[in-house]
Amino acid sequence: MIRVLVPTHLRSYTDGVAEVEAAGATLGEVLADLETRHRGLRVRVIDEQDRIRPHVKCFVDGVQAWSLDQAVAAEVQILAALSGG
Amino acid sequence: MTTTQLAVATRKGLWFFRSTDRRTWSVDGPHHFGAMVHHVVLDPRDGRTMLAATRTGHLGPALMRTVDHGKTWTQITTPPAFPKGEPRGRAVDHVFWLTPGHASEPGVWYAGTSPQGLFRSEDGGDTWAPVSGFNDHPDQQTWVHGDQDQTPDGGKTHSVLVDPRDAAHLYLGLSGGGFFESTDTGATWSPLNSGVAMDFAPKLPDGGEYPFGHDPHCVVLHPQRPDRLWRQDHCGLYRLDRDQGPRWTRVGEAMPKEVGDIGFAIATHPRDPDTAWVFPMDGTSVWPRTSPGGKPAVYRTRDAGASWQRLDRGLPAAQAWWTVKRQCLAVDAGDPVALYLGTTGGQVWASVDEGEHFTQLAADLPHVYSVTVGTPA
Repeated sequence: MIRVLVPTHLRSYTDGVAEVEAAGATLGEVLADLETRHRGLRVRVIDEQDRIRPHVKCFVDGVQAWSLDQAVAAEVQILAALSGG
Repeated sequence: MTTTQLAVATRKGLWFFRSTDRRTWSVDGPHHFGAMVHHVVLDPRDGRTMLAATRTGHLGPALMRTVDHGKTWTQITTPPAFPKGEPRGRAVDHVFWLTPGHASEPGVWYAGTSPQGLFRSEDGGDTWAPVSGFNDHPDQQTWVHGDQDQTPDGGKTHSVLVDPRDAAHLYLGLSGGGFFESTDTGATWSPLNSGVAMDFAPKLPDGGEYPFGHDPHCVVLHPQRPDRLWRQDHCGLYRLDRDQGPRWTRVGEAMPKEVGDIGFAIATHPRDPDTAWVFPMDGTSVWPRTSPGGKPAVYRTRDAGASWQRLDRGLPAAQAWWTVKRQCLAVDAGDPVALYLGTTGGQVWASVDEGEHFTQLAADLPHVYSVTVGTPA
């Protein structure tokens, strides 16, 4: 299973939990599996063209991912930038 | 006893104000705390279904639905979205505008988005589909000045209007892009901007008018005389009577010159088509978009725009530099009509006598994005 670190902005989808598990070999598969248990989360992170949204970053095994095709070994960390005021 | 419910959507969440006498109000909020809430609309057809268009600065949009007056909210899981893989690669940044459909189509809703797009739901907002007749119209990219050249917070689709006589007859406004009409439920669209100034664009060599490209800020139609439209545009204040021709009349010419006829919001009386209210703002020099001179006032016409009366009793007399955005001037159906204003300074003002006197309902909310009135069932 992949460890997924969830930022405070998205913990309303995980009952306040900061770390959850999901299955998948790519970032896209992990987010799709996450969506089956945490409905509504994916659209906040990924747009309808499968792009990672502005101000959101996904780190896969410690490296910033630019595509849902990025292969995952152990960990996905979602970051919501502290932009705006 | 009838309850009047205001939904006050702000840059940091949503508040409800409820009253049975329009003088004493209870406050319920915040809902969606920390989210930018662009528009919140209660379905007048059932008095229960309410949609709220939200987003945050960091995440994608979330369209929320309640059927119990905000006690519980559910996120729509098939929200307005452009088709995956479409050639222009558009993605909905946020839903900006929500309109319940015609009375004969109980589950139908329309949503206007940024970037500019129109979407339709037929199941009370649970699932949404693009109105491709608009979104994929071969001229749509030209109407909106191209996908890369939009207003600072993104181009807006707004003023989605449904003719109460005909469910297939729709209007919508684009900021920027102009005002458009469809008579076939959105399959085809035509611009409707004749007579409206476009001061920001170069003059056409033949001296003619641009058919589109305008910047309507807010357009309303009169519910009992739907051929009458009122338009607060970036370039003035207009009225159009469809039964008398296709050309808008600049009724803002009758406004005091030192105030001008620029603003965001406009509202019309629910029963009297000759009555409308506007909130002028400073559209000079660098367009500060504040109340002119720091002296906020509503202006009202009782004679279809031939003359306008200043209404400022109860509002600050000076040094009040806020404005009222396009979704922030609302009227109820009472007699007399009550008028509600939400300001960029986080205040909510009410007048229960059609604008003669204003009292403050809230002083310190966040920047107000929309104020809508409903009657909960």
